[in-house]
Amino acid sequence: MSELVDKVVEALRSRFQAEVSTFRDETTLWLKAQQIVDACQFLRDDFQFDMLEDETAVDYWPQETPRFHVVYQLYSYPHNERISLRVPLDGNAPSIPSIVSIFPNANWHEREIWDLFGIRFENHPDLRRILMPHDWEGHPLRKDYPLGYEEVMFTFNFDEIDGRKPYAKRYPEG
Amino acid sequence: MTEKYEHIDESTLDGMRTLVTEEAVEGKTVLLNMGPQHPSTHGVLRLLLELDGEFVVNCIPDIGFLHTGVEKNMEAKTYTKAEVMTDRLDYLNTVGNNLVYCLAVEKLVDLDVPPRAQAIRVILTELQRIASHLVWLGTHALDLAAMSVFLYCFREREMILDILEMCGGQRMMTTYFRPGGLWRDVPVEFEDAVRHFIKIFPARIKEYEDLLTNNPLFIERTKHIGVLKPEDAIRWGVTGPPLRASGVKHDLRKVRPYSGYEQYDFEVATHTDGDTYARYLVRIEEMRQSLRIVEQALNKLPYGPVKSNNRKFVPPPRSEIGTSMEALIHHFKLWTEGFPAPKGSVYVAVESPRGELGVYLEGDGGPKPYRVHWRTPSFVNLQVLPLLAKGHLVADLIALIGTIDIVLGDVDR
Repeated sequence: MSELVDKVVEALRSRFQAEVSTFRDETTLWLKAQQIVDACQFLRDDFQFDMLEDETAVDYWPQETPRFHVVYQLYSYPHNERISLRVPLDGNAPSIPSIVSIFPNANWHEREIWDLFGIRFENHPDLRRILMPHDWEGHPLRKDYPLGYEEVMFTFNFDEIDGRKPYAKRYPEG
Repeated sequence: MTEKYEHIDESTLDGMRTLVTEEAVEGKTVLLNMGPQHPSTHGVLRLLLELDGEFVVNCIPDIGFLHTGVEKNMEAKTYTKAEVMTDRLDYLNTVGNNLVYCLAVEKLVDLDVPPRAQAIRVILTELQRIASHLVWLGTHALDLAAMSVFLYCFREREMILDILEMCGGQRMMTTYFRPGGLWRDVPVEFEDAVRHFIKIFPARIKEYEDLLTNNPLFIERTKHIGVLKPEDAIRWGVTGPPLRASGVKHDLRKVRPYSGYEQYDFEVATHTDGDTYARYLVRIEEMRQSLRIVEQALNKLPYGPVKSNNRKFVPPPRSEIGTSMEALIHHFKLWTEGFPAPKGSVYVAVESPRGELGVYLEGDGGPKPYRVHWRTPSFVNLQVLPLLAKGHLVADLIALIGTIDIVLGDVDR
């Protein structure tokens, strides 16, 4: 870890009680959902982490608490350092504050996460589906969403296959 | 709060009410649908334009027409098999996608890559960068009605694709880079083919420049069009040539070198104007610098193996399978079960022709990636299109779509 990352870790630890983990020289700070906006603003203003490189989510179904992790990669142009933030979310109606007010390019990243994972972003200016059609039901990147295949249906086994066929629409929201 | 956005039906005016301004609802401005089949949108990009006469008041990109679920598909394949999906993302930068995926897997499982494989990776990635810029140059000029440039660009691009075919057996979807090295060594004709290309290409760049750089029609269409300020570029996460054309000297090959880029001497092309013409100049200069890298890498191409010797991750050579029981077991295990990767996540980014191409890869101890996420440059860079387009003519919007250099396979994944 470089000096700057050490300082960032220390600051976030004392200010937000963040937990720290390191894997393959990448430092990850674990935060709570309600802290993410303050933490991003703090990192941007005090440590010049001025670019949101990436924002994504991971689903740990069938584990429910926490079921999702939202992962942020922040990059600092002046210091050439990268830091990763991770926010665990519970499975039932997950939601997290949006960071569009701090990094405007989070807009599409958060729309994508809403679209594919069904994680709601509070105070997002335009939370619509982005990749899937607007009338799609279900969130495809969730682990309980089937990858999709077609079993051949004949008259004699139609009802049987239809009963267990993983139609996207059989999986309710939430 | 967010509920009102959930079921917006963008096909009706009522559904679009929350997206456009009051003037459009009252009929003072015109709503125009551009794409998804418009030839100058470089694929299937749909733009909802709000026009005041010929001027763009607002432009709302609508993407997802080429969404193929690459990330979901990769979760269902082993690390080796998932690699073929990566070619299909950004189909103009196929070896670059292979490179970032291989780097991520290698970082996740802590795998070494021999120097020869690294040098060949650099040569092919830089050739691919030139090929990608050539497609960009040709189509960008074509959009601005300069047809002949397109023909010249594709002539040279074909030579690069021939070199890729020579190595990987395919013109575009090569999957030639593998975790731990390369599929096989380059053939003997490789060096001559690349040397021939290095020899002829500088004169060809001059040909393109003769056609465009001082062409008054081209300058008229591109100067002062879509000016992106450096602070906006950073705020919006724009990377690649658009960022450098705005005056930010940032190139991942320089600031966070990977695959041995630190050994090569090259300049990061920048410009300060931040307009469409500056982005053109930056990309032309990048082709020259890429050629320099290719030449240096070829001159000091080391001899040696092109695959890691770690048999837990890299299949043994065919010749060993007949004589070594252990090699046979490794071969069988790697092609049926795949190799396990530890629990943990890595984020690796490289400089693709379009900007920062990142991959977030998470392993769960099993042979399949638990989660793969692609941070694609086209997706992020396309977000600034409304910012650039505001106040310009519809005809300039065509130039702006071209200048961001989007590939819809890369946007929609």
